[in-house]
Amino acid sequence: MGENKHSSLGLRDKDVVEMYKTMILARKIDERMWLLNRAGKIPFVISCQGQEAAQVGTAFALDRDVDYIAPYYRDMGIVLAFGMTTKDLMLSGFAKAEDPNSGGRQMPGHFGQKKNRIITGSSPVTTQVPHAVGFALAAKLKQQNFVTLTTLGDGSTNQGDFHEGLNFAGVHKLPVITVVQNNQLAISVPFEKQIASENIAVRAKSYGMPGILVDGNNPLEVYRAVKEARERAINGEGPTLIEALTVRLTAHSSDDNDRSYRTKEQLEEAKKNDCIGSFSAYLQDIGLLTPSLEKEINDEINAEVNEATDYAEQAAFAPNSTLLDYVYEK
Amino acid sequence: MSELTYIQAIRMAMEEELQRDDNVFIVGEDVGTKGGVFKATEGLYDMYGEDRVIDAPLAESAIVGVGIGAAMYGMRPIAEIQFADFIFPAVNQIVSEAAKIRYRSNNDWNCPITIRAPYGGGIAGALYHSQSVEAMFNSHPGLKVVIPSSPYDAKGLLKAAIRDNDPVLFFEHKRAYRLLKEEVPEEDYLIPIGKADIKREGTDVTVITYGLSVHQAKQAATELEKEGIDVHILDLRTVYPLDQEAIIEAASKTGKVLLVTEDNKEGSVIGEVAAIIAEHCLFELDAPVRRLAAPEIPAMPYAHPLEKEFLITEEKIAASLRELARF
Repeated sequence: MGENKHSSLGLRDKDVVEMYKTMILARKIDERMWLLNRAGKIPFVISCQGQEAAQVGTAFALDRDVDYIAPYYRDMGIVLAFGMTTKDLMLSGFAKAEDPNSGGRQMPGHFGQKKNRIITGSSPVTTQVPHAVGFALAAKLKQQNFVTLTTLGDGSTNQGDFHEGLNFAGVHKLPVITVVQNNQLAISVPFEKQIASENIAVRAKSYGMPGILVDGNNPLEVYRAVKEARERAINGEGPTLIEALTVRLTAHSSDDNDRSYRTKEQLEEAKKNDCIGSFSAYLQDIGLLTPSLEKEINDEINAEVNEATDYAEQAAFAPNSTLLDYVYEK
Repeated sequence: MSELTYIQAIRMAMEEELQRDDNVFIVGEDVGTKGGVFKATEGLYDMYGEDRVIDAPLAESAIVGVGIGAAMYGMRPIAEIQFADFIFPAVNQIVSEAAKIRYRSNNDWNCPITIRAPYGGGIAGALYHSQSVEAMFNSHPGLKVVIPSSPYDAKGLLKAAIRDNDPVLFFEHKRAYRLLKEEVPEEDYLIPIGKADIKREGTDVTVITYGLSVHQAKQAATELEKEGIDVHILDLRTVYPLDQEAIIEAASKTGKVLLVTEDNKEGSVIGEVAAIIAEHCLFELDAPVRRLAAPEIPAMPYAHPLEKEFLITEEKIAASLRELARF
């Protein structure tokens, strides 16, 4: 029997099983979307594969009843943990009217759902960082006890909005957490051609906040870092920057072929670090994930993904008459 | 009722809205202890404190982007860009974010931010403290662009902008700040966004313009009255989206139309006004539509004679109107 590493973090057995299920669910929805794309049924996919541990560890460390998130396009694991459903995500994939993110107006991965406090996002990267800081400013002005968390990729940390947003948050000591999911590839450009500093976490120093480097393949380590950052934020100690080192197991998107910048061997190496495999091994080691439970989880999730796919495929598009709706308040 | 300058009316609108609604706050460079480089927020820091009149770091994209976030939460931010010329680092936030938030979320989210910025020349501001930037924003559905022409309008339009549930860009002509004075009511009133306003009834020629040029057109009209030319003036007030109905009516009324802007002519707001008139008023027109605008140079120079040569004046408007009346 392996060593229990989650109890000391305040996580119960059922919490870590729930984390695992959320990771598997994200992976299986994502895999299904690729199949649908390759079958010509949906135009576009952008993937969470390889980053589920960082995402689920992040989300579970928040108060999912009050906190706000400004996610980026790979964050299927985070939005699932925040209450978006498999059906919602499939409706988004098929661009159908019932898609709660946008009613089929935006590409998949452009999350937003007010009822679950998921802040609407766009395609230009990093614009969500100042938005998250604005939510945190509102929390301070209105004396509300919530934190706002935003995520982005490694390449996005070069944008002006990263610097401007984090500096504003640091000056005003706002309750905002920024998690960089560093998968070490900005589409095709590797970390060493993107970033001159030794890592991204050290950039926090210039914004007057702690910078934490964490193994993004380990959901428990990510959970610990975000949990501690949340405590600081709620206690009025200001923002935190967290860099979670991850891997991207797919091409950038369904329109990209990563063979032009990543060899098959490199990808095989990355797959050895697949966070789902290592977390599954941990749960098996401590006796929480039995073969029968694993089968039960997989069967349940497969059925859920099948059902959501069928529903979304058959659902209606928004009528053409709605094209002009909601430019301004009616 | 008291006589206020254009900038005092703007300050009064903000003071009243800060008082009325605790979701309203101001964020920008030097807006706090200094009260703004033009003094638009003078005294508000002392009255409402550093949390509601926030001296932001010098970073326009954050001033707007943080404002957008707070607005999505439900606040009513007034983001001040110190000069319209410096709004460009925030264009991604304005155009990709604020303008599209309601549409892209299928009405789930909205963004009630007001972004104020002084624009226009005539104060020896040279290339980078004088520009008219409204054309940059007049083809982005989701945005509203308001430019007041008088103290009375400035107060009512700014209060309406702050209460609007969509993003509003509010451009204030910086030479108008202390040049224009008129009676402004102390009570609460709103002027509807999206509606143009007839500033002078006339029968011979029509001027359609906005901002400080409205004041100059009024002076030109007074001059031309002595010569027997009766000028009709339509103030656009909102330059995006345009009040088509009012434009068509004003153009049709006299059949002779002069469009005026301090911006460069090519791609300017008045080009769109001309297109509306071309589409709708062909049989009402008695002369080709004329445009009076700045020359096609990057921006106005610092040297006074060159600045003056660039700018719209009452005399230039009067000369154009005389020719048009004789057509």
